[in-house]
Order: sequence, then structure tokens, then C-alpha cells
Amino acid sequence: MSKTAIAAKVSCFHCGDKIASSPILFDEKSFCCQGCQGVYELLSHSNLCDYYAISDNPGLAQKNPVSKVKFAYLEDDEIQKQLIDFKDQKISRIAFHVPTMHCSSCIWLLESLYKIDKGIGHCRVDFLKKQLSISFNHHETSLRKIVELLSSLGYEPTLSLSHLEETKKVSNNNQLLYQVGVAGFCFGNIMLISFPEYFGLDSLSHKTFSRLFGYLNMGLALPVFLYSSQSYFKSAYQSLRKGIINIDFPLALGILVMFFRSSYEVISHSGIGFFDTLAGLVFFLLIGKWVQQRTFDTLSFERDYKSYFPVAVSVLKEGKEHTVPVTKLKVGDRMLIRNQEIIPADAILLNGEAKIDFSFVTGESQPVDKVLGEMIYAGGRQTSAAIELEVCKPVSQSYLTQLWNSEHFTKDRVSQIITFQSVVSRYFTFALLGIAITAAIFWLLFDPSRSLAAFTAVLIIACPCALALSSPFALGNALRMFGRAKFYLKSPEVIEQMAKTNHMVFDKTGTITNAAQAAISFIGADLTKEDKEAIFTIANNSVHPLSKKIASFLNLHNIGNAGLSNFKELTGKGVSAHYGKSEVRLGSANFLSINSFEPNADVLASYVGVSINSDYKGFFKISHAYREGLKEVIDSLALNRELSLLSGDNNAEEARLKAFFPKDSTLRFMQSPSEKLLYINQLKENGQQVVMIGDGLNDAGALKAANIGISVTEDTANFSPSSDVIMDATVFNQLPKFFQYAKDTVKVIRMSFVVSLLYNLVGLSFAVTGTMSPIVAAILMPLSSISVISFTTAATWIYAKKRSLLQ
Amino acid sequence: MNIIFLLIGCSLVLAVGFLMAFIWTVKSGQMEDDYTPSIRMLFDDKPPVTDKDELVSK
Repeated sequence: MSKTAIAAKVSCFHCGDKIASSPILFDEKSFCCQGCQGVYELLSHSNLCDYYAISDNPGLAQKNPVSKVKFAYLEDDEIQKQLIDFKDQKISRIAFHVPTMHCSSCIWLLESLYKIDKGIGHCRVDFLKKQLSISFNHHETSLRKIVELLSSLGYEPTLSLSHLEETKKVSNNNQLLYQVGVAGFCFGNIMLISFPEYFGLDSLSHKTFSRLFGYLNMGLALPVFLYSSQSYFKSAYQSLRKGIINIDFPLALGILVMFFRSSYEVISHSGIGFFDTLAGLVFFLLIGKWVQQRTFDTLSFERDYKSYFPVAVSVLKEGKEHTVPVTKLKVGDRMLIRNQEIIPADAILLNGEAKIDFSFVTGESQPVDKVLGEMIYAGGRQTSAAIELEVCKPVSQSYLTQLWNSEHFTKDRVSQIITFQSVVSRYFTFALLGIAITAAIFWLLFDPSRSLAAFTAVLIIACPCALALSSPFALGNALRMFGRAKFYLKSPEVIEQMAKTNHMVFDKTGTITNAAQAAISFIGADLTKEDKEAIFTIANNSVHPLSKKIASFLNLHNIGNAGLSNFKELTGKGVSAHYGKSEVRLGSANFLSINSFEPNADVLASYVGVSINSDYKGFFKISHAYREGLKEVIDSLALNRELSLLSGDNNAEEARLKAFFPKDSTLRFMQSPSEKLLYINQLKENGQQVVMIGDGLNDAGALKAANIGISVTEDTANFSPSSDVIMDATVFNQLPKFFQYAKDTVKVIRMSFVVSLLYNLVGLSFAVTGTMSPIVAAILMPLSSISVISFTTAATWIYAKKRSLLQ
Repeated sequence: MNIIFLLIGCSLVLAVGFLMAFIWTVKSGQMEDDYTPSIRMLFDDKPPVTDKDELVSK
């Protein structure tokens, strides 16, 4: 075995990456880079090597260490005040979002930070939320030191502009939990107390027990009626005021009628009432609500440009560098932007070589060169040495942030979704009231004493508990199934909307292509150094995107254009030029007068041939990194919906993309963010239900405007624009399945509606006669609820299996 | 049969106790994170300093 082969097998003790070249040996362990070794040294110094014992190679690669200057802004009092949750004379408390935590070793290390920095007191990790809460003594350490420590260990917390402007939200989730608890407590006790009544044991004992039990039940039902069922009354009242009848209206009516009729029966000693049914109903309903609310807390679906921008930026004043919060940037400030930093405001380039990567903002995949004095829009990422810029518009008014001022970002969209349930419940309510009134009138004519009993019995028995449970359980379950397949939905309502869509719009860069995977290889004779220089210089001078890719593949130092002459670029064919003494041609097979490069040419790749002095040398094969299975995805989606493509890029790939898409699809190139938004709105005006699938800030407007916005991301912890769905890029090839499964879920809801209506019909046949006993209600209500819950759970699971979402 | 009054009283007091316990768990945040504690309990090391006072007394 050769030496390199052995080296390739060694993996870094810290991060587990394969070590390609010679490993750094330290403490008899091998490391891939200085960074990893540094972390190990720090941990072993603090006696924290258990970190490596809990999981294998838990560390995060440290090949790109963050510069320490980056966190200088954390010294700023103003910024500290906004980040820190609590501060007294000695102790400060702060919660960080740490997206890189991934295993139990991470939890252990992050909770042991106090061993490294003595100023740190209590550390607690919430793994699912990826949150780290730290309390520290701010006399012994500082916020900046803690953040630097975290970053040096590879756990850089997310600190962004949105954190500064965010007002801390108090979750109302606890309120629901209390309500469930109270309802459950009352339900259990009322059932227990009602048991003698069910079995008719009362006849054996004194009448006093029956009365006592009645009053006890009433007492226990009070908290259910007054506290736990509040939200149903509120919701019914609010929608009535808007002139809408939602599912909560018959529910609230049923609860109301049940409580008062039962109280009347107890007080007048004429019966024991329906308190058991009432408590059970509210308990099941609240559980349904809770199931529906359990979504993906860890993912942020509402991010806008603010969470993409940095918190602070370096500003040069009188030759000195200061750190200024981005919100305080003024027109005329001179910013210093280093490699890989984001430009936070529209600015003019004053100094340095700007190579700006706008891929996230415009969709253009090539970094753009800018010359001195040129305007650079906010959102671009510098990919070369540091540059100096003068701010010409404040952050809130920059070109990019204009998008967020459009009306789409102020509208609340969830309320616009018309669910199947809301449609059905309207008809249901009218039918219910109709039957109740008919029954009342009928008995009024024949036996007036039974009239009121029949009227209330109908409202009680037909209280659409099972109906109200089918949607939450079916959708809540489906949401979790989607989650297991790495397709994360913002809310369960999205599923129904997904099932309705009939037009799908794709973004190109980052969505159907994966820029990081673009692969270039040279196949042919070995090239000499002079040959490479020649090819590089010529490719570098050509404007064709493929030439740019070849130039960056060869990655030589720019040696200038000396020696280059007779440069000719023929559109659609190639480039020819003289370099030194040799004549070089780069271009298509036709241009080089050969038949073909490869016998079985790859349709997904581009070929550029090379000949020097009419001597054919070989070819560059540039494979376009379309996502795996793109052809199948598009074919299958095209079966029952229209497709469009909107790209911020130029139309170089148009011909190739046309081969993918069906003939009637629209392909548009050079689309600005607002043009994308406009296109989506046009489709919607034509009555189409639109899904937009994109990845960058340039799609943000379109994602928001579409009926469903899906953002594709390589790493769900990273920034993704505001959307309804966050999809892991690895499951792109399963996209058609997701849409089929959404349709299946809607089918399940319809079936369970039928089931619950059947129960209602059975109950109604008892109720209209006016002779319904409490025990019938007490059996029918839980039975219908439980059968609907088990039916929806089983059916959504079976469909998920069928669509192979569970692996 | 009068013992039933006492028994029902006892059972209610017990149940109210459980309800209080539930409310306490929600209040103290035990319902917020149902995953991390299951991993944390497997670490052999002694738990991190949990008491704020200990920090102050340093």
C-alpha cells in the first residue's frame, strides 16, 4: 500500500473528516487541521475529553476559523442590551441559537462550558430548539468572550439583525396545556362519579347519592365550561361577527346547551345531566387542538432579510476601525467588508477588488466583478480580499429590502385558506339547526312537554366533536409524516392548500441546480504548463459562462494578456486566439472539425474541446449539477399540473432546460425578484393555484405571493427565506410523492367526515324522539371521537407507507 | 354507606393534588423540552452548576 493510501484512511480525531494530506500529530492523535487540534488542546486542558467518548468524532471541522474581530461589536452596550435577556449587578443571562449542535456530545460540552471559562455559571441546552441558555458573571467574563469561545469550539451562535428588533414573544402554548389538564381532571372525575348512574346502581341506595353526585358533577363541569372551553366561545363569537359560521359555532352551541340543560336537570332533581359528555367533548377537542399545534418550533418560517444580514459592520472613521450596528449605519459611512462578509446596505465601491456573489439575492450563480465607483446592492457576499464602500442608502431602504415593503409581507395568509372543514361546517350547522327546530315544532304540535327536550337533545348529540377532530388529527399526523421525510410544513393547513395547487413554478439556481456540485474535468492528453496558461488566458477573456467555469477550474494566477493576439469569439461555436506562437481553439466539436467528443454524450453536460496548433488535445466536460432525479420529478409533476421556470440567470441553459420541461411550460430568464412576484400574481389572477419553489432572497417575494411557497435548503439550520414549507434539498426527488400524499390526506379527512356524520345520524335518530338518555350520549360521543382519531391516524400512516415516505 | 362521602372527598383531594402537580410541571417548563433531559441523564459526570447562588458566592 502506498503512503498516500494510508494517509487517506486516517480520519481526524476531532471532526472525523478524512485527512487527505499529512495529518497533524498531537498527543498521539491525528488531526486534519490546526483548528481541530486547537479545540482538542483546549478541551484536554480543561479536562473535557469525555466529549470524544460520548459520540464518535463529534467535533465540527475547523478549517475556516472565524476571525476574532468579527465579534468586536458585542462590546457595544446598545447591542448587549438587546441580546441579553436579564441582567443584574453580577449575573447576565442570554439565550443563543446554536444551529451546529447535532449530537449528545454537543449537549455535554455546551453544558460543561463553565469548566473552560470560570465566569460562566449555568448552561442549559434545549436540543430540539437548538438553544443554549447561559448565565454568566459579567465581571469575570464578557458576552464577546463567550461568543468567541463558542465559535472557537465550532458552535458559532446565530446573531442577526432580526434578534435585535424582535420583541420577545410569550407563547400561549402553556394556556392550552392548562386547559387540557383541567379538562382531563374534570373529565376523569365526572366519569367516576357518573358510573353508578350508568349501571343503575342508584336504585339500590338512597336518592341522596344521586343528588350529591349531580351537584358534584356540576361543580366539576364549571371549570370546563368557564375555563377550558373559552376559546370555542371566543372563536364562534368572532366569526359570527364577521358573518361566517365556522366549526366552532355548533361546538360552542352544543357546550352551552349541554351545560344549561344539565344544570337545570340537576337543580330540578329530574336527572343527572350530560356533564360527562360535556367534559369528554372539551377534553378531546383540546387534545385535537394540541396535536395540531405541535409543529416544528426549531425551524423558522418567517425569516426575512433581517436574519440574513449581519448584526454589525466595521466602519472606518478617521482611519480607525469602529464596529457599528447595522441599524445605525448612516449614509456616507465608509464600511470595510472582508472576505465572505455580506454587504448590508446599498453602497458605492471606493477601494479594493470587488468580486460579489449575488447568488442568494439575484439567482445569478457567477460572482460579479465590480469596478471602483460602481453601486453595489445590499445582500451580496464579497468573495475576495477586503473592500471599502460608502453607504448610499440606509439598510431599511435598500433595493433588497424594498421587496419586503410590498403588500404580500403584511398580509396574514393563514386566514385566507378556505379549508374543507370550514365549508362543510357551514352546511352542517344549518342542517343541524334545521333538524333541531323541526323536531321542536313537531313535538310542540303533538306533545309539547317533549319539545324542549328534543330541541336540546339534537344540539347535544349532533355536537360535531368527531367532525372537529378529523381535520386536526389527519393533518397533524400527516405533518409529522412529512417531517420524517424532511419536508417541514409551517402549519397543518398547508397540506390542504398543497392538494389544491395546479401550477408549479421553479427557480433555477440553487433549486433545480446545485451550484456546489458543478463538476469540471479535463479528458484527453496531458497538458503542459504552457498549454494550461494559454487556455486559461483565453478562457478568462471570453464572456461565455462555460469559459468562466474553465478558467476558475484551471485556477492559475492571472498572468495578464501579454502574448494574446487575434482573439476571436464566434457566438455558438467557440473562441480562437494566438497565444505566444501557438494557435489555440476552444469550442464545440464542429468548431474543432471533429465528429464528437464522447461516443455516448451526456445530455446533462456541456463539452468544450481544445486544439492547439490544429492538434486536438481533448475536452473539458462540464456537468451541470441538476438535482438528482430532476427529469423524473418534472415528468411526474407535469402529469397533472402546469410548470414554469423563473431564473435570475441568463438564458445560456435554455436549450438544455427545454429538454426537461414539457412543451407548454413557460421558461423565463433574467427575472428580477419583482418580476418573479409579478408572474406569480398574474397566474393567481388567472385563477391558478400556484406553488413556488425557490431558495434565495430573490425568490422571497414570489414564495410569499404564491399559494404555497417551498424553500429548498441544503441545511435546514441555515437561512431560508420566509415560506410555508422548508424542504431539505436531499429529498428533492421525492417532490411528486409529497404532493400525492397531500391529496391522500385530504381524502382521509373526507372519509373520516363520513364516519363522523354516520355517528351523528345514529345519535339524531335517538334525539329527535326526545327520549335520549345521558348514557347514550356518554357512549356515543367518546366512541365517535375515538374511532375518528384511530381511523385518521391509521389511514395517514398507511398512505405514508404506500407513498414510501417512511424509511 | 356513609363512608362513600369520605371516600369521594379523599379521591377528589388526591385528584386535585395531581392537577396541581401537572400545573407545576407546565409552569416549571418541563413540557417545553421533552428531549434533552433524556440524553442529559445518561452523562456520568456531575451535573453543571445549577444554583445561581453558588455562582454569586464565588
